[in-house]
Amino acid sequence: MLPPVFGVLFDGIAYGMLLFLLSVGMSVTLGLMNFVNLAHCAFAMLGAYVTVMLMKDFHWNFFATLPVSFLVTALVSVVIERTLYRRLYRATDLDQVLLTIGLAFISVAVAAWFFGTTQQPISVPGYMRGSINVLGLNIGIYRLFLVAVGIVVTILLVMTLEHTRFGAQVRAAVDNQRMARGLGIDVDRTFAVTFALGSGLAGLGGALAIEIVGLDPHFAFVYLVYVLIIVSVGGLGSIAGSFAAACLIGISDIAGKYYVPELGAFLIYLVMVAVLMWKPAGLFGKR
Amino acid sequence: MKTMLYASAATIAVALMAPAHAQDTVKIGVILPYSGQFADGAKQMDAGIKLYMKMNGDTVAGKKIEIIRKDVAGPQPPVAKRLAQELIVRDNVDILAGFLLTPNAMAASDVSAEAKKFMVIMNAATSIITTKSNYSVRTSHTLPQVSATMGTWAAKNGVKKSYTMVSDYGPGHDAETSFQAALKAAGGETVGSVRMAVANPDFSAYVQRAKDLGPESIFVFIPGGAQPAAIGKAFAERGIDSSKTKILGTGELTDDSALANMGDTALGVITAWTYDHNHKSALNEKFVAEYRKDNNGENPNFFVAGGYDGMHVIYEALKKTGGKTDGEALVNAAKGLKWEAPRGPMMIDPETRDIVQTIYIRKVEKVGGKLVNVEFDKVENVKDPVKAAMK
Repeated sequence: MLPPVFGVLFDGIAYGMLLFLLSVGMSVTLGLMNFVNLAHCAFAMLGAYVTVMLMKDFHWNFFATLPVSFLVTALVSVVIERTLYRRLYRATDLDQVLLTIGLAFISVAVAAWFFGTTQQPISVPGYMRGSINVLGLNIGIYRLFLVAVGIVVTILLVMTLEHTRFGAQVRAAVDNQRMARGLGIDVDRTFAVTFALGSGLAGLGGALAIEIVGLDPHFAFVYLVYVLIIVSVGGLGSIAGSFAAACLIGISDIAGKYYVPELGAFLIYLVMVAVLMWKPAGLFGKR
Repeated sequence: MKTMLYASAATIAVALMAPAHAQDTVKIGVILPYSGQFADGAKQMDAGIKLYMKMNGDTVAGKKIEIIRKDVAGPQPPVAKRLAQELIVRDNVDILAGFLLTPNAMAASDVSAEAKKFMVIMNAATSIITTKSNYSVRTSHTLPQVSATMGTWAAKNGVKKSYTMVSDYGPGHDAETSFQAALKAAGGETVGSVRMAVANPDFSAYVQRAKDLGPESIFVFIPGGAQPAAIGKAFAERGIDSSKTKILGTGELTDDSALANMGDTALGVITAWTYDHNHKSALNEKFVAEYRKDNNGENPNFFVAGGYDGMHVIYEALKKTGGKTDGEALVNAAKGLKWEAPRGPMMIDPETRDIVQTIYIRKVEKVGGKLVNVEFDKVENVKDPVKAAMK
């Protein structure tokens, strides 16, 4: 029989993975492209609504909707990137904040218009519900699945950005745009693809989040806070940093609620302050 | 000369008729969050108001009823107060009504008290609201009315040891204290409690903690919306078996939209509440059928019932005053009013102006493949325990 602390650790990591999937896209766009995208969670919400629609109106299987929610979000984000975002790549942070927070507000209104303000129910397959008992611990099956997805996404992303031609182009385009253009890299296209990748991941994260946290039009704002915390604690542009920060925040949140419920959900802010005082650029931050 | 006399007589008659005509309408200012996070509830309450007027006509005591709607957009007391003032000063309304949320009802109560206008609170459920204006009545419920009934019922029905989980804000504290006090008074015991952050997406840790203490029952109060589903899933995922650990709560936990989200994890949850569309009575069947007809087959919920019954109080009070609309006359007419509502027998307490009604104990069961709150016990003539204790 394992003591409850292992259960808290597992739940914390699982919750962390959920936050990681929601925030890793922002780590890509904000960290690599230096674009302050406060509409990030609006893309996550879009992915979530895609899953809800496919399941409710077209009776798709939950797993089948996941790649679609990734693709649809990525496509929509490219359109927005090409029409709105690209004009502001060289603008000040404030301009970027104003544009993207405006988009987030619009997304809330649009979602409320089409879907109403109520919660959107989904039902994941029965075998994903409930828990298995491992040495006296309750391991939620869906949470186990989240952890697996989180690890797979991390490995794929790190491989893509560190070890592929595309990754090298992205890093070159970010570090020195003129030089990159001079070398024949299509910077516009690279940025568009990177942005689509980041947003697609947000969409996937949103779709995966519904089962745990539900979905209504305020999703675009509620989770923005968590995403910003993770990105800043992890350090801009670092996938591994986001991963570590998400685990840290997830575990402190769950442990706080379990052991000191009076502090409850406030603990993550303390952790964030502590980390940023110790390392102002975040755990794995370079700048 | 004669023609002129007739002409002027006619003019005077017309002049006299104009204000007389104006006096033939009773204006009701309805303040609800038609937009924003609570828009669905506002829409439902508005549909309840419309349904009552459709079923009972729009004239009472020879007066035409006119509704003026104002959107408060969310929990915004200063806006609610300003809207109430505008309605009274600019639109000359005779009655204020609506109020989904406590802070808005509190703010508008000040205006009602000052302007001496009759005010009908159709949802907001914090106990003290009706003490803020001598001209207000409530047609929904108070949170302590429901949670205390749950506490007493639990202790009397073999669930003596209970853990409580509530959201850490005003209504949550109300629910916690009244449940615990009632449980204790009836011989039960609280073995632990937790106040959960209001903006809280993941309940697993709180539920795990409750489970590790192994209580006989867990009492839950959380705001509707996202949370019932999240907590229901957390209970199921932690393997809390409702046949061993009873899950108790108030009606928000298992209302229709929450049930849709919770799925089978809701089975066995016991709640205390005022209204459910499955309530068996001839009046309710008619009410549900009429509501479905006008609202794409949706079922009415407690917001709809609150709006519908609120209109009933207004109509009956106007009948008693013969159409007189001053606040004093209307509120006196409403005091002690007794009637049969879709949710069962109701009365406006003549002392507190709050609602006295039957609280139903329901259990979520599967009926014909659908999750339903099945009423299996009830407590009649329940008053608000907080105001009863104030005396």
